[in-house]
Amino acid sequence: MLATRTTIRSLARLQKNCISKPTATPATVSSRSLYSDAITYTSTANRLRPGLSSSQRMLSPRLNGSFRIASREFSATTAVSHGHIDPPKPGEELYVTFIDKEGDEHKIAVSKGDNLLTIAQAHDIEMEGACEGSCACSTCHVIVESEDTFDKIPEATDDENDMLDLAFGLTETSRLGCQIEMTPELNGLRVRLPSNTRNLQAKDFS
Amino acid sequence: MNVSRPWVCTQCARSLIRRVNLVPRATFPPAQRRGYTIQPIAHDGRPFRMAIIGSGPSGFYTSYKIMSNIENAVVDMYEQLPVPFGLVRFGVAPDHPKVKNCQEKFQEVAESPRFNFVGNISIGDRPGELPLKTLLPHYDAICFAYGASKDRALGIPGEDTLKGIYSARAFVGWYNGLPEYSDLAPDLTQGEEAVIVGQGNVALDVARFLLEDVDVLRKTDITEHALEVLSKSRVKRVRVVGRRGPRQAAFTTKEIRELIQLRNVALNPVDDSLIPEDLSHVPRPRRRVMELLRKGSSTLISKAPKSWSLDFCLSPKSFNSNPQFPGRIGSMSFEKTILDPGPFEREAKAVETGEIVDVPASLAFRSIGYKSEALPGFEKLNIPFNNKQGLIPNDGEGRIIPNTDERFVFALPGMYCAGWVKKGPTGVIASTMTDAFSTADAIAKDWHLADWPFLGDLPEGNVSGLGWEGVKATAEKRGCRRVSWEDWKKIDAAEQERGQTKGKVREKFTKIDDMLAVLD
Repeated sequence: MLATRTTIRSLARLQKNCISKPTATPATVSSRSLYSDAITYTSTANRLRPGLSSSQRMLSPRLNGSFRIASREFSATTAVSHGHIDPPKPGEELYVTFIDKEGDEHKIAVSKGDNLLTIAQAHDIEMEGACEGSCACSTCHVIVESEDTFDKIPEATDDENDMLDLAFGLTETSRLGCQIEMTPELNGLRVRLPSNTRNLQAKDFS
Repeated sequence: MNVSRPWVCTQCARSLIRRVNLVPRATFPPAQRRGYTIQPIAHDGRPFRMAIIGSGPSGFYTSYKIMSNIENAVVDMYEQLPVPFGLVRFGVAPDHPKVKNCQEKFQEVAESPRFNFVGNISIGDRPGELPLKTLLPHYDAICFAYGASKDRALGIPGEDTLKGIYSARAFVGWYNGLPEYSDLAPDLTQGEEAVIVGQGNVALDVARFLLEDVDVLRKTDITEHALEVLSKSRVKRVRVVGRRGPRQAAFTTKEIRELIQLRNVALNPVDDSLIPEDLSHVPRPRRRVMELLRKGSSTLISKAPKSWSLDFCLSPKSFNSNPQFPGRIGSMSFEKTILDPGPFEREAKAVETGEIVDVPASLAFRSIGYKSEALPGFEKLNIPFNNKQGLIPNDGEGRIIPNTDERFVFALPGMYCAGWVKKGPTGVIASTMTDAFSTADAIAKDWHLADWPFLGDLPEGNVSGLGWEGVKATAEKRGCRRVSWEDWKKIDAAEQERGQTKGKVREKFTKIDDMLAVLD
């Protein structure tokens, strides 16, 4: 599939080059919109770095770039209502590790009583809480790595299980992040975010 | 529109739509993946400007993701009603307030200076509406997220002629205050027997509202006229009928549990032969539903004033008139079915047996699914629509592709879709969210590719990037009155105030004129 898509891209580029050739001449540029500047720019870029495919160009790190961009930075309101937690007191830290969709691990020091959804949101880990942590959706689904730790978490209520029934990639050790509160027993907890949560419906896995 | 360039293989697209979960989420390493949110490479440095048609969950989640993934992107959201949130406001049941919490997120998105709500503006060619083609010169891309505005009909005798037959969509819209159905006034006083055709969660919502104690609903945001009608209801017996069995039915655990736990309402025992004796091989979600059904309700039928049942393996044949009141529904005829290859196979088909059963019904609802329609103007602009499936043909990631069987096709530059109009009218907020995210990711990916065409690359090109500012003059000339997010907040406040006096969360305005009157 990936190979096909790459081929598609290359085809697209070939085609594009054919069609957009005239835009390289100044006369055409002036007759077109602002947009044609972009095209000229593109073709310059192509000339400068002939060996790179468009997708590679996209990936090359920017010189000015800080890589991390807060996922909610567009918001005019500050992140007070979402994901605000107090840092743990020295000596009382509990640790939880999130393994995100790309397999990156994020080990976070947290205080007793914080729930995983709030922790994740406060640390910009890609976890949504559509129902704001009220156990009415399955967007904060996490998979607990070890069965032993899973057994230490207070058992899920019917409400939570009903929501988990709708979660994609349900496993034996699935829980809702908003329902797991950190306690000293859970120190060192490791949870995985389900790796693929797109376009699924209850009927896809019932 | 024949300059579209990027090829999409329809065969792959089809398999994508079927099994989208197989598509890798990101095809590049994590560090670089973050890198791609920094700045667009191509284009002229002007911020990405996008129109989203529809303000339901898919529209908002798409906006959210686009605004996070494309620096400086500005999103204009068009909505035909003066009020936002689509089915979160008009579909989610009033007694499920927690599900509506996602509005908090939408609110946050809408408060951004990079977001414009353009409410009370329908896309269309009639007077007072805004033609779709007026948007094109001002946006880099358009995303259709207008959902499913119609419902499927049964197409059996009596459906259109007899009184007392309602579409579940209309009924749900009516108790939720959808202006389109504010005058529905369903008559629940003609008898005690109600039949609901269809076994999805909408059908169970309808059943719950017919059976639930009205006083439980009084504190919710259900409309006042609905409370009035429901409190006069004479319905005592509700049948929820489906062509297949519990293994194939679309309802989910939570909705079944709620109905089973209703006070003073009994569940008639479910046909045991349709539930496997050994449930250990059934996938967990279905297993839990079946366990609930087998256990049944604790209320005894003999003592319960109201009862309901799930009637399986019945295929609707006709609505029959009441001999005493011709013109009104009195009963329904069903043909019994058997499940092929067996009742426990998820994909089993219903095969009709020829045996007809009559079921008394003084009231009937059809609840067999929603359906999307093409927007006016699609045809003229050559935007494809698949009428058979009721969705916009797309590559599974929301890029619109022509409606054809050809092996390779071009994606339409700058045209995207999300939500129910993209993948069909099923699923909960969580699935709609992930679906919207996949469209937004595709848009961001395309925008950051130097040579992916957008609307400005059409031969008639020249995108101004002005967005609503550019459209405004035409809209005003056509008599459109735009409702902004500030305006909506005034309507919102007025609704909450109206609710307070009655001890409710809010009392919705059910007429567009009443909503607009708040702003005058």
